[in-house]
Amino acid sequence: MEASPGARIREGDCAVLKRGEVFKAVPVLRRRKIIFEKQWFYLDNAIGHIYGTTFEVTNGGNLQPKQDVEETTTETKEAGTDNRNIVDDGKSQKLTHDDIKALKDKGIKGQEIVQQLIENSTTFRDKTEFAQDKYIKKKKKKYEAVITIVKPSTRILSTMYYAREPGKINHLRYDTLAQMLTLGNIHAGNKMIVMETCAGLLLGAVMERMGGYGSIIQMYPGGGPVRAATSCFGFPKPYFDNLHEFPLSKVQSLLSGTFSTETLPSDPEDNALVEEESNGLTEEKQTSLQETEEEPTTEAPMEINQSEEQETMDINAEDVEFKENKEKENKENVREKQMKQWERRKKLTETAALLREKNADGLIVASKFHPTPLLLSLLEFVAPSRPFVVYCQYKEPLLECYTKLRERGGVINLKLSETWLRNYQVLPDRSHPKLTMSGGGGYLLSGITVVLDKGKSDSSSLEALKMEEPSPKRCKVQDLHC
Amino acid sequence: MSFIEYGDTIKDGDTAIVFLGHESMFPVKVQHGTVTQTKYGVIRHSTDLIGKKYGSKVTCSKGGWVFILHPTPELWTMNLPHRTQILYSTDISIITMMLELKPGSIVCESGTGSGSLSHALIRTVAPTGHLYTVEFHQQRAEKAREEFREHGVDHLVTVTNQDVCKNGFGVSNIADAVFLDIPSPWEAIGHAKSALKTEGGRICSFSPCIEQVQRTCLAMEEYGFTEINTLEILLRVYNVRTISLQIPDLGKAAEDNSGTGFDSSNPSNQGSPGANLQQGTVQFKSGVPLREMVGHTGYLTFATKSLV
Repeated sequence: MEASPGARIREGDCAVLKRGEVFKAVPVLRRRKIIFEKQWFYLDNAIGHIYGTTFEVTNGGNLQPKQDVEETTTETKEAGTDNRNIVDDGKSQKLTHDDIKALKDKGIKGQEIVQQLIENSTTFRDKTEFAQDKYIKKKKKKYEAVITIVKPSTRILSTMYYAREPGKINHLRYDTLAQMLTLGNIHAGNKMIVMETCAGLLLGAVMERMGGYGSIIQMYPGGGPVRAATSCFGFPKPYFDNLHEFPLSKVQSLLSGTFSTETLPSDPEDNALVEEESNGLTEEKQTSLQETEEEPTTEAPMEINQSEEQETMDINAEDVEFKENKEKENKENVREKQMKQWERRKKLTETAALLREKNADGLIVASKFHPTPLLLSLLEFVAPSRPFVVYCQYKEPLLECYTKLRERGGVINLKLSETWLRNYQVLPDRSHPKLTMSGGGGYLLSGITVVLDKGKSDSSSLEALKMEEPSPKRCKVQDLHC
Repeated sequence: MSFIEYGDTIKDGDTAIVFLGHESMFPVKVQHGTVTQTKYGVIRHSTDLIGKKYGSKVTCSKGGWVFILHPTPELWTMNLPHRTQILYSTDISIITMMLELKPGSIVCESGTGSGSLSHALIRTVAPTGHLYTVEFHQQRAEKAREEFREHGVDHLVTVTNQDVCKNGFGVSNIADAVFLDIPSPWEAIGHAKSALKTEGGRICSFSPCIEQVQRTCLAMEEYGFTEINTLEILLRVYNVRTISLQIPDLGKAAEDNSGTGFDSSNPSNQGSPGANLQQGTVQFKSGVPLREMVGHTGYLTFATKSLV
């Protein structure tokens, strides 16, 4: 079937496994055992299929596309009217734990197991139709183990991270992320400044919405940016050509004009290794990175042993050669390191120049740090009449940020908000909001930059007042404008 | 300038946003020789706007001033002339993300309405994507075409004047996503499915009433859509205010001056962060919710079309 190139599962992709509402990101590699939802299997058979295909796990741990089985026609089944006579004594299911295990071991398909459970339930026919429906759905969910392989996207990854590892993304709920991308007018061609400590999820989302066009400068704390989630998106290499990074620790010097590349933060790659989380995904990246960064001593003996098939060689001679080669390796490594440092310095200078232009098209911030110092400094690099949006898990720091921004001036349309998200169950005669909902998804402060009045005259305080909401007439006396 | 690309200076023919103050702004078509009236006085386009940087402050004839802003779909949504009820950025944001839209995406939409969502979709799929939008009202379809042209985005959008429930979107098997905001979306599900790519895509239906949602979910199931999920999203806005609360007078324990409890005249209390500025009050910063908020716009139902 004619499908766009990105639509098929390929080896080396990052794919997301989905079962019901549970997601997990995994690398698509042959003969790599995957454990997901109490099942283990290999992804080999999935390669070549279209993303979105649903698979079953066979007994051998292989995937096979799920056959579309015709549902047994529902003849008017026996059902009750209500549960007044149904006693929940835990004894209504006649099949024991062992019986079910035996069925599973025999290789009986999930569908058949569910059928067995229904037949061996003494109360099934007394349940109402709705209750029967609910029972069947529940058993199917447990015993019919189907897995869908989906293509990573902001939607999938942000939902996955929020469910699995919210701490890594500062509890940024996916709808809040969605608001940020729109409020920030993230689109192709922008020159964006991104500051995040969300494992690279926000960066990936921004990159997805920019489609490889424009440029991004990622500000980072410490030694280097964490981009674990970014790699899950599977962007083509050209997307990274215009992705720059710049250390926060150099921002002050850049703003005051004293920036130099003499003192650099410690090697970003080493730090990235340390900081990278393992979603079961980065293991592969980590081992490959480690191989290139490893001490030369461990590689040298291997090379020598392979190239010289001399088992009879004098051990001393081998040692000498070993040492000589090691010295050569060391010199090469030192040169390599120097080259790398020079390149990094060059890139840093280029990125600094990009920032100095002070014409970024937007600023987007979502981090564990207090937002105020970040905003006050990073806004300097943004052109006038451009949106900015900052996320904070808590409301209070944004209150302070708002106040400080008012004092600074040069911003309008400041808005502090959060979104309220509710999921629904929609079934005939059984539609209602779902039982649980997220208690909070974080807060956003957004606004638009304007030309900053350098002279702080009376007009700036007038401006601040003008930008404020008019005192609501019906309000009680206690309020004061900040 | 354009809605899909930032520009630095205001040019003749641009659509700019005049910002007067909190929640007070309006769009203006920049034209040589034209004059715009505001409550602060007159703005002369030729001298006050054209050639100025976006984000500049412009002083009007009566002495008051305004800011001139670069248009964005979000600003447009807040200021466009309503021909129908529109979608606001809160819903638009989640729609964009859940439909997995990005540069290059092909999207189908019906109805076009006032073009609020349309502008946002065009911005997201630019420069290589396309929006096919269907509107059954002839004048609205024409007005939409006009606006897209004025805003320099007409190469990214095709407006079709027909009934999507009867005749579909006018394209087949090319869309990555379909969006429906019509009275009877269940009647268009079949057309939506055929507009979507064979290998799959996403669909979203927006309906104010739960009965519409129920019918639509049923239709989606019948047509083989999966991952059907209905949600609603609401925006809560907070006003940042400094609040002053009075300390109640609880009297004194005895007749002498050694009182218990918070003594506002005690110098050690003066320097503390929550300290009173006036006698007997405590000040603090708060994010105060608005008196009223939007409680409902519509239910959003998303689903996936896939091969298997």
